[in-house]
Amino acid sequence: MTSQIRSRAKSNPQGSQQDPDGRKKPEDMTTQTHKKSRLDSLTANRKPTWTWMAAAAGSAILALLITLLAFESFSVVGFAILAGIFYVVSMYVISRMLEDRLKATDEFWRHLVWTSFFIALVPLISVLWSVISQGLPTLLANPGLLTADMGGVVGSDDIATQSEGEPLQGGILHGLVGTLMITLLASVISIPVGLFASIYLTEYGNRNMFSRGIRFFVDVMTGIPSIVAGLFAFAGLTLFVELTIGTSPQALQSVKTGVTAAIALSVLMIPVVVRSTEEMLQVVSNELREASYALGVRKWRTIMKVVLPTAMSGIASGITLAIARVAGETAPILVTAGYVATTNWNPFSEWMTALPVFIYRQLINPTAPAAGDPSTARAWAGALVLIVIVMGLNLGARAIAKYFAPKTGK
Amino acid sequence: MTSTSPRTKNTARTTSAVGDKVFFGLSWTGGAIILVVLAFVAAFLLIRSLPAIMPETFGPGAGEAIDFWSYVWPLMAGTVLVSVIALLLATPVAIGISLFISHYAPRRFANSIGYLIDLLAAIPSVVYGAWGMLVLAPAMVPIYHWLHNNLGFIPLFAGDPSVTNTGRTILTSGVVLAVMVLPIMTALCREIFLQVPHLQEEAALGLGATRWEMIKMTVFPFARAGVISSIMLALGRALGETMAVTMVLSAGGFSWSLVTSGANGTIPAEIALNFPEAFGQRQSELIAAGLMLFVITLIVNVIARAIVNSHAKKAEGLS
Repeated sequence: MTSQIRSRAKSNPQGSQQDPDGRKKPEDMTTQTHKKSRLDSLTANRKPTWTWMAAAAGSAILALLITLLAFESFSVVGFAILAGIFYVVSMYVISRMLEDRLKATDEFWRHLVWTSFFIALVPLISVLWSVISQGLPTLLANPGLLTADMGGVVGSDDIATQSEGEPLQGGILHGLVGTLMITLLASVISIPVGLFASIYLTEYGNRNMFSRGIRFFVDVMTGIPSIVAGLFAFAGLTLFVELTIGTSPQALQSVKTGVTAAIALSVLMIPVVVRSTEEMLQVVSNELREASYALGVRKWRTIMKVVLPTAMSGIASGITLAIARVAGETAPILVTAGYVATTNWNPFSEWMTALPVFIYRQLINPTAPAAGDPSTARAWAGALVLIVIVMGLNLGARAIAKYFAPKTGK
Repeated sequence: MTSTSPRTKNTARTTSAVGDKVFFGLSWTGGAIILVVLAFVAAFLLIRSLPAIMPETFGPGAGEAIDFWSYVWPLMAGTVLVSVIALLLATPVAIGISLFISHYAPRRFANSIGYLIDLLAAIPSVVYGAWGMLVLAPAMVPIYHWLHNNLGFIPLFAGDPSVTNTGRTILTSGVVLAVMVLPIMTALCREIFLQVPHLQEEAALGLGATRWEMIKMTVFPFARAGVISSIMLALGRALGETMAVTMVLSAGGFSWSLVTSGANGTIPAEIALNFPEAFGQRQSELIAAGLMLFVITLIVNVIARAIVNSHAKKAEGLS
């Protein structure tokens, strides 16, 4: 009932509401209603419905004229900004003249809210469009990018590609392998820790000091900058190596491996897993637990057989989102795993390249500094693959949450 | 299972009891690991950065800085500056979109619009960096020239010594950062706006308020603390964001000018640019800079949580 009223009031902001008459002097009202016909009294103080079209057309023409005359070159962005400003201002002025101050203000803010939505769409579309328009042609023309690494690719190859039209050399395979291994290892570390910690929080914690401390520090951990997580893993393993192997340069060099990067990513991943899992476990109704206890089932069996299966879809979706988040991380891997051109499957020795780091390096230090275009092309292709992976994980998480949700039917 | 002998029943019960203990132990360990890891983060960073923070051992390598603090303060100032720019740009837009989703958009589309904004959060930071460097920076150059020519008397747009021709300035980084924190702020604000009691909203509308008056009277007072804390959380994220600044900005010493390349730098970008090739003393300096960043973000996050908690207590007291 209330929602009906609410939606009607929402869907018809100007029509169904009475004029805010309480704010006017009563004499005005009576004279108005006596003088005008019934139709007039309904449409009085209302601007005609076609006003916005006229205002939009007018401000578009004005903005076009100004952009053509005032700037040296025509820019679409400048035109759009000017047209938007003119439109909002002119609508406010018209509304102020034909209606009253309250309606004009209301309309003004409504326009600003809509504008903010369109402003947010601009970068989203621009980012996706530039990645797809630059990455897809490269990827379609050189499908070999997916199965080759940068081993043996030198600057002269890129110069040949750029100046003589030779096919694009190299690829992103080593980046894909690196991202796969590092993310896998980070998940192996974080998922058990995160799962058990959140089970402790919901099932055993009882809001005692220890569990409140964990909650607080999980909050703190979500705020750790990703590069600090990288520095932590590096500093920690350096100390470990210094204490166990020695301080020789070779020993210190061996710190930079895939496993160090995986530890860094775990620091970022654990709080995400704990947060989402805890939320899901708290949703499981206490009646289910009590029913299980009443049958004489032990607590751990109850958790394993009743609580976890009920919350499983939510937990799985949260974990997938956490994986998606760390798969796109660059900074912690950049400072912990080094950078190589060849494929390395072993995260426990030698340097490793992850896909985001590969993209970064190709853009900042092109393979051929004088001929950067092939490197840029590889970077855009890599960015497209990375976005596809991360978006795929995100959509997968939503699908898991939707299709594997527990049946609530009787 | 009536045929089961008492003996086997008994063993089943004891293994089950052992299972209980083991499971509790595992869960407790999971929680303890989190505390230990966080203690290690602080301890390792502190141990590794001590040689750099001590004035007597601060060595060359960080330009002309004579001690750690004179090395790190321009970076801290740059970090704060770029985050403030990002928040100034992102906050109005984020509040606008949240209102749009919660109060203005047609009901049918509101959820899909929410997903659309969440998509922004799913894009990896390195892709934003590439976009900012190759697409946004060149597009911003004419705007910077216009700002310099028309508003050059303001120190922010003074363009000292020269206005950028690549667009790789602190303001461009701020714009990219704003885009990156936008989905976080939107998600948090939207959640709070949707929690506003419907009866209050309807009461305002029933008294003849326009929609904007209704939002001003019911939504904003209810959501104020939540919006402030979401701004603080977004600030924490912006302070620590690395790739957007590393790839977009061509760094230099601190400067008030927002339209110059080769000025300003941030702690995360400094680390990302120099750490892979650093060793020895230089490594310690960078880790010490990272420690400073950790402390700043920690303070910001704790303040945000404190605001949320105090507001929750106040709300409990009122009701």
